[in-house]
Amino acid sequence: MKNFNRLDAEQRRARIYSVFSWILICVIAFTFLFPLYWIITGSFKTKQEILSSTPVWVPSDWVMTNYQNLMSKRSAPLFQLSAFGYTITGPTVPAAIRWLINTVVMSVSSMLLTCLTASMAGYALAKKRFYGRTILFSLIVCAMALPKQVILIPLLREMSALGLYDTIWAVIIPIVGWPFGVFLLKQFAEGIPTEMVEACRIDGASEWRTFTDVMFPMIKPGVGACAIFTFINSWNDYFMQLIMLMGTDKLTISVGIATMQGENSTDFGILMAGSALASVPIIIVFLVFQKYFTKGITMGAVKG
Amino acid sequence: MAKNNVQYSKKQRRLVMQENIAAYLFLLPFLVFFVGFVLYPMFMCIYTSFFDATMGREDIFVGFENYKALFQDEVFWIALKNTMVIVLVSVPITCIFSLWVASAISKMPVAATSAFRCIFYLPVVTGSVAVTMVWKWMFNNYYGIFNYLGKDVLGILDKPINWLGDPKYALGCIILILLTTSVGQPIVLYVSALDNVDKSLVEAAEVDGATPKQAFWKIKWPQMMPTTLYILVITTINSFQCFALIQLLTSGGPKNSTMTIMYYIYYNAFKLYKYGYGNAMGVILAIIIAILSAIQFKAGQEK
Repeated sequence: MKNFNRLDAEQRRARIYSVFSWILICVIAFTFLFPLYWIITGSFKTKQEILSSTPVWVPSDWVMTNYQNLMSKRSAPLFQLSAFGYTITGPTVPAAIRWLINTVVMSVSSMLLTCLTASMAGYALAKKRFYGRTILFSLIVCAMALPKQVILIPLLREMSALGLYDTIWAVIIPIVGWPFGVFLLKQFAEGIPTEMVEACRIDGASEWRTFTDVMFPMIKPGVGACAIFTFINSWNDYFMQLIMLMGTDKLTISVGIATMQGENSTDFGILMAGSALASVPIIIVFLVFQKYFTKGITMGAVKG
Repeated sequence: MAKNNVQYSKKQRRLVMQENIAAYLFLLPFLVFFVGFVLYPMFMCIYTSFFDATMGREDIFVGFENYKALFQDEVFWIALKNTMVIVLVSVPITCIFSLWVASAISKMPVAATSAFRCIFYLPVVTGSVAVTMVWKWMFNNYYGIFNYLGKDVLGILDKPINWLGDPKYALGCIILILLTTSVGQPIVLYVSALDNVDKSLVEAAEVDGATPKQAFWKIKWPQMMPTTLYILVITTINSFQCFALIQLLTSGGPKNSTMTIMYYIYYNAFKLYKYGYGNAMGVILAIIIAILSAIQFKAGQEK
């Protein structure tokens, strides 16, 4: 009897605790959402509303002036193509548009290149037996544990020596070299039965066909995770972009907004408009591909 | 690979050769990037740290001079201290907070779990620049929301505080922002680790009369040890890397109160063009991180 009472009390306590934690989690979640809400509403507020010491929770009328100011501050050509000594320059547009285009081009190229190189390397590491495999794998793990900012100075000098400084490639190449994608896809490829690969080889398929027709379709979910992970990370890789890019027409949206901060340090309207431009697209991408993304994070951790 | 002493026939040896060549062909595209732009710079980082290197002239070999100067540099010690404060405060809080959130939301219905997981991950996706900008506004001493809340709503403050301009508060503000951007990944990891816990063991324990608390600490927690270890390592690295916040909010000031090693490397390399000196600091930072990771792994394996 006494025992039952104990359980009862315990259950009641557990229930109170769970209601309490529900409420607390909701409150904390609200504070996590608040900065984003503040960016988006702030970008539509008038100057008076932004500079009032009593916060205006919801803009009274949603104005576009901040976006207009942002667009008129600086300009850059829409694109620049040069080949065989000729340069074609596109029409002049607000720099923010060019920055967005740069960011998309940069993120998509890093994503495609990473997926290609990482899926091939991951397959080889998981299914091939070759000399130097253990050493290579431990190098990969060690490289992942180091913060990549440690190598920033040598990387900068290397890029200057190669003539890639202040080009989009200076940002893309280090991302592709970063071994997280290989690590992730190696984990994935290890889950595929080796018999499948062997059977394919016995049937006379070449190494390359074994990879494209058998292996690649089976590690597709992993490639998806790797793709979305690389895309989001390279979009937000502020540090590399800050160091490698200089010219107004070369910047990405994050660095562009950061440089605007130097010029208009307290015009929070413009800064919020820029922040919204930089973050809303990537948040949408994240929400759409959330499932793959989560998978990427958890798969990469399996063996740490 | 040849592990046993059996003599291979010619054909077998040829097959092994073929396998090796195929493997390296598959690895080649990645290796070009990895060796050229990760391993080579790492080597150069150590190598250049023994040189007096700057822009536009040949490097001069100086031996350990950079390291000697580093240990006599007052700002370096301040930066090291601040970095350690950031790591020692943010790592435990991040881990405990994310474990608590994950265990609370993993009991909720599936839709609620994934909604909350998403919300806590949002600050990471938003990107460091946008996050920094909005916090800069919220911390502003005239139009910021924190002074409004503290002064007009709660009445704790009698005059507005210049949060980021005051050496007493600046580092605390940085740590607070860092926390909101670093709990996302651990929460995702813990939720999935809690999902993967062997349910039959938990049920068996409950039948035997274990309280939920006991079930958690005695059954689930040990099974989540590898995840915790991984989280410790990545959170530590993340806290060391915190850069955008400092560069955009305080530039290491006021009075070096938010100077970190990461920012000091950047400052030396890009404001003073002292490449060798910056590299020496990078080497020290790498050694510190390697030691910390090794300790964490050791501790994790013993448990």
